[in-house]
Amino acid sequence: MKAEKELTAVTKGVGLGEILFSIPTLLILASFILIMGVVIINGAQVINWEFITGTPGARMLYGTPLGLPLSYGGILPMIFGTLALVSGAICIAVPLGILSAIYINEYLHEGRLKSFIIQTISNLAGVPSIVFGLFAFAFFCKQLDFGVSLLSGWLVLGFMALPIIVKSTEEALKTIPKSFREASLALGATKWETITKTVLPVAAPGISTGTILGIGRVAGETAAILFAAAVFYQSNLYPTNIFQPVMALTYHLYYEATTSPFAAVNRPYEFGTALVLVGLVLLFVIFAIYIRNKGLKRRKGW
Amino acid sequence: MILGKRLRELLKNFMRFGAPRIDVMRLKVAEPLKRLFSPEGLTGLCALSSFIITMLILFFLVQQGLPIIQEMGYWQYGQYVTLLLKEMGLSDYLWLHALIQVNGNIIIGFVNFVSGSTWDPSSYEFGILPLIAGTITVVGGALIIAVPIGILSAIHLSEYCPSKIRNVVKPVIELLAGIPSVVYGFVGLAVLVPYIANIFNLRSGQTALAGAIILSIMILPTIVSISEDAISSVPKSYKEASFALGATHFQTVRKVLLPAAISGITASIILAVGRALGETMAVLMVCGGVANIPPLSLELFFTSVKPMTAAIAAEMGETAVGTLHYSALFGVGLVLFIITYIVNFVADTINARFKKKFGGVR
Repeated sequence: MKAEKELTAVTKGVGLGEILFSIPTLLILASFILIMGVVIINGAQVINWEFITGTPGARMLYGTPLGLPLSYGGILPMIFGTLALVSGAICIAVPLGILSAIYINEYLHEGRLKSFIIQTISNLAGVPSIVFGLFAFAFFCKQLDFGVSLLSGWLVLGFMALPIIVKSTEEALKTIPKSFREASLALGATKWETITKTVLPVAAPGISTGTILGIGRVAGETAAILFAAAVFYQSNLYPTNIFQPVMALTYHLYYEATTSPFAAVNRPYEFGTALVLVGLVLLFVIFAIYIRNKGLKRRKGW
Repeated sequence: MILGKRLRELLKNFMRFGAPRIDVMRLKVAEPLKRLFSPEGLTGLCALSSFIITMLILFFLVQQGLPIIQEMGYWQYGQYVTLLLKEMGLSDYLWLHALIQVNGNIIIGFVNFVSGSTWDPSSYEFGILPLIAGTITVVGGALIIAVPIGILSAIHLSEYCPSKIRNVVKPVIELLAGIPSVVYGFVGLAVLVPYIANIFNLRSGQTALAGAIILSIMILPTIVSISEDAISSVPKSYKEASFALGATHFQTVRKVLLPAAISGITASIILAVGRALGETMAVLMVCGGVANIPPLSLELFFTSVKPMTAAIAAEMGETAVGTLHYSALFGVGLVLFIITYIVNFVADTINARFKKKFGGVR
């Protein structure tokens, strides 16, 4: 302890290094503040109750002909679409991911198979989202004939979230001391009982962190649903079955900012959509960080 | 007692409703089946799902991308066939191409596809070199910006920064990583692009520079967080030994910590390259999307480029299923898949070696 204190004493008070090295960190902070500031300041101007809970209005779809004060409407169907996509995708990814992680950590011995499976999962995490989009279009939409639909979106987003959930669950399982498992086995529990009744409850914070991070990733995903699940507008605002496409916040923002003929006219509202999207996604990320830190604190007691 | 306990319960539940009691439990079930339906077998199947998904992705990319590669394999001859079909107004029907050219040389086709210097789907020219050049320009530019900033910041966070500031900065970096790419693209389009057009007096600010700047912000979290982990996982004894020899803090960082952590830092950069290669929405929105090979001068960054991901995202909606253009986009996807796969594999290998070196400090 004393040595540690002295070490920090040595490392303190080096003027040049501190100033030189703090500039990049400040740059990172500044870019975050800049991006969030731009989105929040511009977005907050249009966000009101109607914008959040309304359905698309004339201005969103037709611009402003003759300068008439037409209503832009709201983005509730897009929020609904994003939430629908996320919930389905998570229902696919979570069971698959947790069971995968259990197999990797509890059943597999160190060896070639284990490193192979871990390698595959990390490679799946590295597949570009647009490639997922191509795959989803060719496989789900065309080969399996689901069409551009909610179902295709669920499947592809579920596959995208899978590696995140596997990785964080695996990390959580890894940190559980061996003695927990040994105690359970010594009490006569089978291996499966040990996993479900002892290991998983202890790993719960880690698993939920991964799940929420997965939700954040999926909610902000655009490229994968570009051809597989999303449309800019459909007349029945909410999909009535899983074979219908959805409107999603991300796709809405992309389409309206680039492809729509009214991109420039509707710029303030695009900022509003961006703010809602960022708020939604970062809420999940903050929640995940919170749960993880809480879990870390508890782990110190072991 | 041949079947597992859990399966027996399952079967009991199935047969509770008055059905004739076929005693399945007495049936001889093959040993592999029994293992398959144990918890180990079922969770193992789930663990294999990632592998299956990866293989499915590869299969569909190859299956859909093969026609263009075969077509390019017959390049000399194929041009005439394509022209002929175009004259007849039939150029969009892939099966006609397939009918006339039974199979092209796939290797020559792939080389032609990757090295062809014109990407112009409307005149049936599918060389993806301009797209690859676009990707390299944007990713290279992003690295030039992000690598120095990222590494210096990682050093700062792990060595110089008071813990109070670190507790603020680290979550911010995670939040930065959490912002959806479409939002980055939108902010770039709405704020950065007009700004670049103004400051450099360009007609349009949708340039490789805009893409590089946005992309650099997006890959910074990867570089910073992994490099910081690498630097702080260097054993304390290294540092203590250096201090004991009378080195200053700066000397210790430069001569001891950085060389020790260099492979971890390298892994972080390669991982960031993998991220940047696959990034779609941001580059799609801010790079302008002109598929030309940019000039090899500083002007490079002020031209409009079309990276591979942007080409797929922008053109997929305009093509009919089964045309050559459609196939070419899958070919681009295949090339992208292969490149990112290699890049990620290299990063993982380096990272694993680094972790082994310091005995799993993390």
